[in-house]
Amino acid sequence: MKKKHRRNTLKNMLLTVLSVLSLGLASISGAQTLHRGIGGEPGTLDPNLVSGNWEDMVVGDLFLGLVTDAADGRVIPGAATDWTVSDDGTVYTFHLRKDGKWSDGQPVTAHDFVFSLRRVMDPQTASTYAYILYPIKNAEAINTGKIRDLSQLGVRAIDDYTLEITLESSTPYFLELLTHYTAFPIPKHVVERYGKDWVKPGHLVSNGAYKLVEWLPQTHIKAVKNEWFYDADHVAIDTVFYYPTEDRSAALKRFRAGELDLNYEFPIDQYDWLRENMPEETVVSPQLGVYYYPLNLRNPKFQDVRVRKALSMAINREVITDKILKTGEVPAYSFVPPGIGDYRIQELDFKGMPYNKRLEDARKLMEAAGYSEDRPLELVLRYNTHDAHKKVAVAVAAMWKAIHVKTQLLNSEVAVHYAELKEANFEVARAGWVGDYADPQNFLSLLEPTPNNYGGYNNAQFNALMKQAAETQDSTQRTRLMEQAERIAMDDYATIPIYYYVATNLVSQKVKGWVPNVLDKHRTRWMSIER
Amino acid sequence: MLSYAFKRLAQSIPTLFIVITISFFLMRLAPGGPFDGERKLPPEIEANILAAYNLDKPLYWQFFDYLGGILQGDFGPSFKYKDFTVSDLIWAGFPVSLELGMWAMLLGVVFGVSIGCYAALKQNTRLDYLMMGGAMAGIAIPNFVMAPILTLVFGVYLSWLPVGGWDSGAVANKVLPVIALALPQIAYIARMTRGSMIEVMGSHFIRTARAKGLSERKVVRRHALKSALLPVVSYLGPATAGIITGSVVIEQIFGIPGIGRYFVQAALNRDYTLVMGTVVFYGALIILFNLVVDLIYGLLDPQIRYDD
Repeated sequence: MKKKHRRNTLKNMLLTVLSVLSLGLASISGAQTLHRGIGGEPGTLDPNLVSGNWEDMVVGDLFLGLVTDAADGRVIPGAATDWTVSDDGTVYTFHLRKDGKWSDGQPVTAHDFVFSLRRVMDPQTASTYAYILYPIKNAEAINTGKIRDLSQLGVRAIDDYTLEITLESSTPYFLELLTHYTAFPIPKHVVERYGKDWVKPGHLVSNGAYKLVEWLPQTHIKAVKNEWFYDADHVAIDTVFYYPTEDRSAALKRFRAGELDLNYEFPIDQYDWLRENMPEETVVSPQLGVYYYPLNLRNPKFQDVRVRKALSMAINREVITDKILKTGEVPAYSFVPPGIGDYRIQELDFKGMPYNKRLEDARKLMEAAGYSEDRPLELVLRYNTHDAHKKVAVAVAAMWKAIHVKTQLLNSEVAVHYAELKEANFEVARAGWVGDYADPQNFLSLLEPTPNNYGGYNNAQFNALMKQAAETQDSTQRTRLMEQAERIAMDDYATIPIYYYVATNLVSQKVKGWVPNVLDKHRTRWMSIER
Repeated sequence: MLSYAFKRLAQSIPTLFIVITISFFLMRLAPGGPFDGERKLPPEIEANILAAYNLDKPLYWQFFDYLGGILQGDFGPSFKYKDFTVSDLIWAGFPVSLELGMWAMLLGVVFGVSIGCYAALKQNTRLDYLMMGGAMAGIAIPNFVMAPILTLVFGVYLSWLPVGGWDSGAVANKVLPVIALALPQIAYIARMTRGSMIEVMGSHFIRTARAKGLSERKVVRRHALKSALLPVVSYLGPATAGIITGSVVIEQIFGIPGIGRYFVQAALNRDYTLVMGTVVFYGALIILFNLVVDLIYGLLDPQIRYDD
């Protein structure tokens, strides 16, 4: 017993020495390298022009907004250390950190933010996402060419380290908005020098935890730690490679071979295999997004609320998520996904009913509306070409068949699909929305008269509540108003929510500090590699 | 022969013009535009973007503008990959596709011709059946099946070779994609060579050569092979143009930064300038390689003359 104990001690000592040595070696060789599959080739790294989440994975590592995302997705101070908000909620004053530096050592000043925000709004920049910052005073007018003088934008530098942003009206989710890439600063001194080419490797300087080294299109983007970053001491990973892993199956093989440490999404059809063989590395987590079928309410077929209710009721969402998709998606009975602060989602009234009863009621509603087996409601259901969309559409068509609906399926590639939705040239269609920021308004605005309101839902009471909410300072009261608005839309059966999205990721066991969150934002600065 | 080549090159200009015109207008006829996505843009933003890319101008204006650009070697900016011009993308990707394609073609010719000849000379033996069976399988198994099998076996299970990536052109990264590209070529060329070899071996001039008392080896090498290769050569022209412009399947599966993927993706993205760029580039290569084939024909077949 004693002998064994001693041997163990010896072994422990050896192990300790070894681990100390290996730690030492690791820090000498310096290298923590992360290989991230980001799911697509970025179109641009200019934060003013970026428009996709795969681009955000790179740009969000390179640049740091006034506020930024913590590992769990919370909003935390970024380039600003603190801020004050005027009593009416329309003026934000940000105090920038004095040790904020661009990767060329130049200080990050309030002027860089002013420059960037003006550039985003300048119509000539043609920024896709500029509209997300329309709450800023005069932003919309400038972006739409009604005001030509960029200095009219409600953003000004009080001094080098104080930035004042004035809003059109109180916007309680404004801080959430500022985590979006459109609100990142860009280096004025570099953009003025190189113009459009400022984003090229060698020119691009950034103020985030990483700086760009190399971009080989369709191969990889390489970034290394920005030694000027104020919190560089706490950034563990020195080098990041981002790979445009469009082919999910190929990415999975590279992951299995150890060539990738992280990958955005995995091939859905291999989920069963993944769950069986690499359960620890297959991460499925709730995401702030809803998959829904807008009904084109301009079409007389959907004027009757009984028809809208029946169509929604007859869809067995549990079958779709559990038997068809099988990737952990959650059946949706509300338009706003759960998980946003203290917002209480408003669910469709038939949620608790057993499905058979629902189907029976739905059939009765259809019959009351004048449809029967011999005189079915004929619908065209549009979806964009994709395996999963097709499966869902086929299933929905089958479910609707039981309530006297004859559904014709029509698929087209994604560009055509959305062009048709835009023209309101559809009856029922597949659509999806993933939140840009964690606020119910981001979803409910899709039911207000806005461009993305495909179905054309227009309810005066709903609009009034949303307007009132937008003007309400008190966040609890505002939340209650939006809850009321959603309630109205749900009782109108304005649209058919089907399921809430999930984020799917492959995460190697050796990556630490990767935390699932509803916005699926994972900044490399919080991660480390464990050997 | 030189004047013939020049004449052919001159003729290629109107051909290219027609190719450009047809593809330009066909592309625009397709519904959906480069900036239609999951989200509908506010009309003002869309107007800003269309203006930035001159898409708000009349179509004929855009066409002549595009032609003017091409004459100056400017293929315009990519609509999707905004930080790059179309020329940037093609010149970054083409060397990669070219290198892989050339290796694959080389393997295809060397192995294909050898196997084909051997099978023809051993016609209707077990060996012949075996090789032709293999070739048939090579043609029948598409490379989107073959490539994942290769990566699974050599990359994931055996860990001999990287599963994907280009790694600035490291040899190890090229092995699997070259093999995956070459296998169907070997199969095609082998079948073609066998067929024409059998035909040639039965012709009069071979009988004459044999009658002169030449050894079988000399008969095959000096006389039969040259004629037997004619159909292979005419296949090689367009096939080479096709293979060196990359394969969307191989490039996606192995994560290779070639230009093959642009042919499909650009069209799906409605990346108008990139589609046009790849079409013009591919069209020019096809014309060039067909010309080369015709010139080689003259060297192989004395009956062909390049006069008017």
